[in-house]
Amino acid sequence: MAAAALVCSIFGASAQSQPPGGKIPDTLEQRVAACIACHAPKDTAGTRAGGVYFPRIAGKPSGYLVNQLINFREGRRQYPLMTWMVNHLSDPYLHEIADYFASQHPPVPVPPPPREPAAVLARGEQLVRRGDPALKLPACVACHGAPLGGVAPGIPGLLNLPRDYVNAQLGAWRNGVRRAHAPDCMATIAERLSPGDVAAISAWLAGQPTPPDLRPLAHAERPLPLACGSAP
Amino acid sequence: MTRRLLLLLGAVLAALAIAAALAWPREQFVPAASPDAWAATSANIARGAYLARAGDCMACHTARGGAPYAGGRAMDTPFGTLYTPNITSDRVTGIGKWSADDFWRALHNGKSRDGRLLYPAFPYTSYTKVSRADSDALFAWLRSLPPRQVQNRPHALRFPYDSQLALAGWRLLYFKPGVFEQDAARDAQWNRGAYLVEGLGHCSACHSARNQFGASDEGLGGGLIPTVGWYAPSLTSDSEAGLGKWQEDHIVQLLRTGVAPGASVTGPMAEVVAQSLQHLNEGDVRSMAVYLKSLPGGTAPGREPAQRPSEQVMEQGEQLYRQQCAACHGARGEGLGPYPALAGNRALTLEEPVNAIRVVLNGGFAPATAGNPRPYGMPPFSHVLDDAQVATLVSYLRASWGNAAAPVTSAQVNRYRAVPLD
Repeated sequence: MAAAALVCSIFGASAQSQPPGGKIPDTLEQRVAACIACHAPKDTAGTRAGGVYFPRIAGKPSGYLVNQLINFREGRRQYPLMTWMVNHLSDPYLHEIADYFASQHPPVPVPPPPREPAAVLARGEQLVRRGDPALKLPACVACHGAPLGGVAPGIPGLLNLPRDYVNAQLGAWRNGVRRAHAPDCMATIAERLSPGDVAAISAWLAGQPTPPDLRPLAHAERPLPLACGSAP
Repeated sequence: MTRRLLLLLGAVLAALAIAAALAWPREQFVPAASPDAWAATSANIARGAYLARAGDCMACHTARGGAPYAGGRAMDTPFGTLYTPNITSDRVTGIGKWSADDFWRALHNGKSRDGRLLYPAFPYTSYTKVSRADSDALFAWLRSLPPRQVQNRPHALRFPYDSQLALAGWRLLYFKPGVFEQDAARDAQWNRGAYLVEGLGHCSACHSARNQFGASDEGLGGGLIPTVGWYAPSLTSDSEAGLGKWQEDHIVQLLRTGVAPGASVTGPMAEVVAQSLQHLNEGDVRSMAVYLKSLPGGTAPGREPAQRPSEQVMEQGEQLYRQQCAACHGARGEGLGPYPALAGNRALTLEEPVNAIRVVLNGGFAPATAGNPRPYGMPPFSHVLDDAQVATLVSYLRASWGNAAAPVTSAQVNRYRAVPLD
């Protein structure tokens, strides 16, 4: 079922990007059809863009996106298909691609209600909004912004992401296979998170609706709780 | 009686030893014209940097995300994994203590500074044709690189491939140092192209078949690149990537920009264009085109007429094509704008179908080059289509619009889902 929905959403996206008459437009959108196929930022069918795993990239801050594209190319993030895609693309082109997706704000589907126990969700909300001083964990909102839409240019939003994707990223940081610019604040945070806390955060985040007008904040509240190489 | 047998055995062994000694790949020494040839002058360094591009040294001698030329890239082979060494000017971990003669010996004779035999993953079977003058310029360039202290990682080869003795035997069979011989019957442009293709370009490292011991026949008749899972098509067969019928300008365009009318590079060739060929001057790339175009053409022998897929496969394949491919490649595979035609597409109809399967599974971008800075990309379908669907689709493509190549199976598709992309 999920696969069928994914296929339909991709058809939806690619059908839209093709005007009738068989002319190929000379646009960036057309050039990056390969990205849209998985990240589907223009999915208006109400299907969760990207399905079960692929993250939303539309509307994320451009600086964050370009850092990720370069990290895939340079081996600081591990997803073989992404490395394959960007392997021989230049920095200027990756910047252009990042700017394009940052400027997209397609409608966001309403997430299904979470099925986790209330206690798990409460723990997730606590960590996201207030952190846990006993574990030296700052709140997610302290850097990612109170509305959780991220902060320009380098801090990503956390809403409308598949739960499994968030779990995988925090796990990758713990295992040292996802790295960011030093000092890698997220690696420090992921180290302090138990697997149960990771699951609580991702479950709560995945259940939050995304306001249609959510945009990254222009400035972070300084100082950040931890020094971050990606948000100097 | 026993005595005579022993004598005979001794004689046979002695004869074998003499034969081996005669056939032994001798070190061939050509002295530098003068120390000026590798002096750290800006002219030598610039010339060496250019030649390093032509040899694509950086591609192998750099790990993903690592310092340029500091080595560490893993090379998977059927015999185990080799790790490329640090060739920066660091005196401990790099080649900072090497002399120009040492460097020549590595390039020309496949021997390290300490006399160790080098593995032919370092393509000295091609580099042996590089002239001493070019070797010296390359040396000047490498010496100018900032030293990077990055320890070399020992190779992880299986027995007996990890022994110098095995390597000595291999060299006895498959390697002889030799300089590039100009063909007096051809003009300077052709000879320049031959020198680059057969020498620094080391095209035969991929574009020729390798035997069970990893030795290539040094021709350009095409070959499966082991473990990496790509087929480097024949540059001599018109049914593969032979260039005899191509316009010279299109060859130059493909090699320098990664795309040409109806063609685009992918896989390992995208890396070659991105890191090496796009940085060469047009004259050199044109020389290579002239040489490649002059290679004997014709059709690869022994290819049997292909069996056509069943009507059911053709129907299902057409349906998949209409849903997934026609928007970009055209209703009849004729190609649209930047998207290549699939009708008559030689990359699709190679006897070895791995490239076609992998392009459908992985999609990808042509390399971003000065001549094509914003390439179009093709979506991956590995997460959309299952093995049977990919097999149906590729079989349909290989048998439509005049294409007549054999169908592929879902087992073949499955095999290439698993090959590493990196």
